[in-house]
Order: sequence, then structure tokens, then C-alpha cells
Amino acid sequence: MALLEVRDLRLSFGGLKVLHDISFSVEKGVINSLIGPNGAGKTSLFNCLTGFYKPKGGSIHLGGRPIAGLPPHRITALGLARTFQNIRLFKEMTVLENAMSGQHCRSRHGIVSAILHLPAQRREEEAIRAAGMHWLDFVGIEQHAHRRAGGLSYGDQRRLELARALASAPELILLDEPAAGLNEREKLDLVHLIRRIRDETGITVLLIEHDMGLVMQVSEKIVVFDYGQKIADGPPEIVRADPRVIEAYLGTEE
Amino acid sequence: MIDEVRTMPAAVQPQLMRWSVVLPGLAALACALVLPQFANAYVTEVATTALLYIVLCLGLNIVVGYAGLLDLGYAAFFAVGAYTSGILTAEFGFNFWLTIPVAMATACVAGIIIGAPTLRLRSDYLAIVTLGFGEIVRIIARNLDITGGASGLVGIERPEIFGFKLMQVQHFYYAFLVLALLTAFVCLSIERSRMGRAWFYVRYDEDAAAGIGINRVTAKLQAYMMGAVIASVAGCLYAAKMTAISPESFTFNQSLLILLGVVLGGMGRIPGVVLGAILVALLPEVLRGAGTYRPLVTAVALLAIMLFRPNGLWPDKRV
Repeated sequence: MALLEVRDLRLSFGGLKVLHDISFSVEKGVINSLIGPNGAGKTSLFNCLTGFYKPKGGSIHLGGRPIAGLPPHRITALGLARTFQNIRLFKEMTVLENAMSGQHCRSRHGIVSAILHLPAQRREEEAIRAAGMHWLDFVGIEQHAHRRAGGLSYGDQRRLELARALASAPELILLDEPAAGLNEREKLDLVHLIRRIRDETGITVLLIEHDMGLVMQVSEKIVVFDYGQKIADGPPEIVRADPRVIEAYLGTEE
Repeated sequence: MIDEVRTMPAAVQPQLMRWSVVLPGLAALACALVLPQFANAYVTEVATTALLYIVLCLGLNIVVGYAGLLDLGYAAFFAVGAYTSGILTAEFGFNFWLTIPVAMATACVAGIIIGAPTLRLRSDYLAIVTLGFGEIVRIIARNLDITGGASGLVGIERPEIFGFKLMQVQHFYYAFLVLALLTAFVCLSIERSRMGRAWFYVRYDEDAAAGIGINRVTAKLQAYMMGAVIASVAGCLYAAKMTAISPESFTFNQSLLILLGVVLGGMGRIPGVVLGAILVALLPEVLRGAGTYRPLVTAVALLAIMLFRPNGLWPDKRV
């Protein structure tokens, strides 16, 4: 069974239909991309998957469990993490504290055990800190652990957002335009990092991206959107040759 | 090997930070401990008030400074504590110490009743609702028989500890000192724990916090309840010290003064909040000479502080 199964998903704001009966699936261990022109509904779909929008109809299953309509924090706890199109870090906190935030839903000690300084609570704090450091190391910014997150370079902020999402130990990670604003060098590093996420951690990746070069290079499966509808999906070479995709991107010859 | 080197700064940093805070802290504590031996009753009384405000400001700091929830009715929880303890000792003959857990539980319930439906609101709306809640509690206290109505509750028992009865102002000074230290310890412990960090995440970016797996409503509710519990304990001790309480001790002005202490010193950080609380308690005394011009001088001083130190006198480095 597919890791993520989306069936007939519908979303509208008032009279405006944003998503029309979207169906697609994401297989475990595959790097997937979601592409389409601006306004095609890609980020809206991400917001439905992660619980920020409530879909009007259809179903979403993650690992066989229905998640449509659940609040965001429950969906993250069930194993679906995300990054944001416009970076949303806790800028005033340290890089390490940002990375540690992902571990919140994987730990349980509350106020009372913190006040009592219970040994189990101290151990859990150590484990959270170690996990934070591990993921900072994974994305390559561990040397900045104690700096203010807002003071990082743009590229490193993107990496930190990735580390924070990975720290929540997801099954599936959604990346919303991870290459936006990166230079060519940083894009290459990103491709490398996305492959390492899949190869070394087994976490499945679904990304939204406008950079076609990057998408074709890294994806094993592509879903194409236009005007809130899915117009194609499949491996890169098939999608690239699909006349409807070419039409959506280049327009038709009159 | 490499891993050890990499994780070392994480362990070392809090240690370094601790020394620069601990030494001045210990000096301040030593001064606080010997103060009543040298000072007259008036100074001790003012210092006791300062300690009360330290407890209240630290409690409100959890709500405002950590979780970023603007609460304009915090004195309500102070009142809940004072009246719970006062009624139980004066009317039902409870032992003072037993009233503390009851007051804490009552404040928790009050916190849930007001917090659960309102904490979904964002800042400005929440401020209005909490302001209303503060007034409701005061007006209820004014109109019930059991609370003594507008004239208040009298004849609250003095607490006893190991056969020693707390009577004089020095005794209450030390009791409030213990409570203030305990509160600071509690705040410090939570600040550096999972739940404390969750409050900061929610304060800085609610949506990102939800996206990373934090239940924002529960996190806010816990901060709100924690603040309520601390105010209620302060209320118990306040009632015991005064032996008489009236609704006029828990006005909107009182809430505003506590909030002023938090914002003045620099919200979010314990030393700043302590400084702010002391200022709030001392300012009226220091300005006694200004006579009727006191409110004017206070207002100008506050405006100056807000103009030149907008993040408070001793701000959180994070801001």
C-alpha cells in the first residue's frame, strides 16, 4: 500500500474552487515532485495534507490512517513533517533550539517533572538535545548550533528548516520550494541532501519546486498540476514528453 | 570522538552562562536575607510588598513573557487564591497550609474555565476577554455573602509553622522571600524544559509551532494555568499577612501594575522581571515626596523608559 494516498480531494474558498478531485499516491522510499504553474494549487494541497486547510471533500490516508481534517500537530505526530515556502523559523531562538522543536511530539515530559527535575526528565532533555545536534550535523550546520537562527545566511536557514522537520522523525517530509532563493552551488548541495534524506534515513520526500532542472534531476516521480487539477503523473521522462504538460508550461500553438 | 567534540559546546554553554548569573544572584540573596536585621519596620514592609510583586510578576511572565499571551486580568487569580484561603481559614477553620493546595486547584479550574474557550483567540481579543474576566471575579467577590461583600473578609487566621505563629512583618518578609525563591526556581526549571521551549515556539511563530507538532491550544492553556497557580499561592500568603481582604485589592489597576512590572523589566527573562517587580513596588514609596504630582512623575518616568528602553530595562537577549 502507498505511504500517502490522496483520493478525490476538493478544496474551495467561498465560490472559488482551488482543488478539483485530486487523486494521487506517494510510494514509500520514492522522491516525488509536485510541479505546476503559479497558482495551480500546489501549496494549497500541502496545506490540506498538513492540516492547515480543511478539505471540502475526499480523503487523505497516511500509512493507511485517515488524516484529512486533523489539526496540524496531530498530523505531524502521525509522521508527516513540512517546511514552509517562506522560511518560518523561530528567529529569536538559537539554531539548536529550533532543531530541538521537532522532537516535541516525540517526547512527553511536562511541567511537573521539569520542576521536580526527575531523572527521566533529565534523560529525555539530553536525548532531545542530542537529536537536535544530530540533525544539525546531518544538514551540515552544527557549527552554528548556539547562534541566533535569524542570524544565519539564507541557505543555512533553509537547511535549518529541513533539520527541524527531520527532527520530528517523519515518515514523509513535504518540502515547499526548498530551492527558492538558492544559488547554483546551494542547489547542487540541496539535490545531494534530498538524496541523502531518502538513502540514509529512509524518509520519503515530496517536494514542490519551480526549478525544472532540479526537479528532473532529483525526482523519481512527478505529479503535474494546472488550475487545481492533476494533469499528469509518472516518471520524469514520461511527464516531460506529455503534451498536456508542455501545453501548461509553454502554451499551445494557435 | 568527533561526536564528543561537536556536542561539547552544548554542555558547556549553560555552565558559563550560569556563573555570570549565579554570583550577582547570590549577593542579592545575601542582602535580602539580612535586610530585616538592619532595616526598620517601614523598609521591611516595602520590601515584603516588593517580594509579593516579584512572585506575581514571575507568574504573569509565564503567560506574557514565555507564551506571549497578553493577560489584563491577572489579579483575578491572585484574588481566587486570597479568597479561597481566606474563606477556608476564617469561615471553616481550615489549617492555612492545607488551603494552599485547594487554592492551587481552584485557580487551575478557574484558568481552564476562562482559558479553554478564549485561548484560541489572538492577542488583542484575548486581552479584552481577560480584562473582562478580571472584573467579573472582582464583582462576584463584591456581591457574594461568603466573600464578605464590598467590605471584604476579616479575621483570617495567621499561619503557624512547627508551633511558631507568623505574626510580625519580618516573619512575612521571610515567608514571601521563600515563596519568591521557590517561584524563581520553578520558572527557571520550566524555562529550560520541553514545555518551556514549546511556549517560546508558540510565542514566536504559532503556525510554525503547530506545523512542527505542538498543540498550541494545550501549550497556551498550560502556561495560563501555571501563571494562575503561582498567583493563587501568592494570594494565600497575602491573605494571611493582611488578615483582611477586600475586592479593592484586586482591581484592574492591580493587574496593570503586575503587567507593568513584567514589561518594564523586560519580559521573558527572570532577572529583568524581578527588577521590574521591585521598581513597581518601590516607585510609589520613592515618589512619596512628589505629593499630588506622583501620578504625573510616574507617567513621565514610564514614558521615558518605554522610549529609550523599549524592550525593558534588562531585556531578553533573544528579542
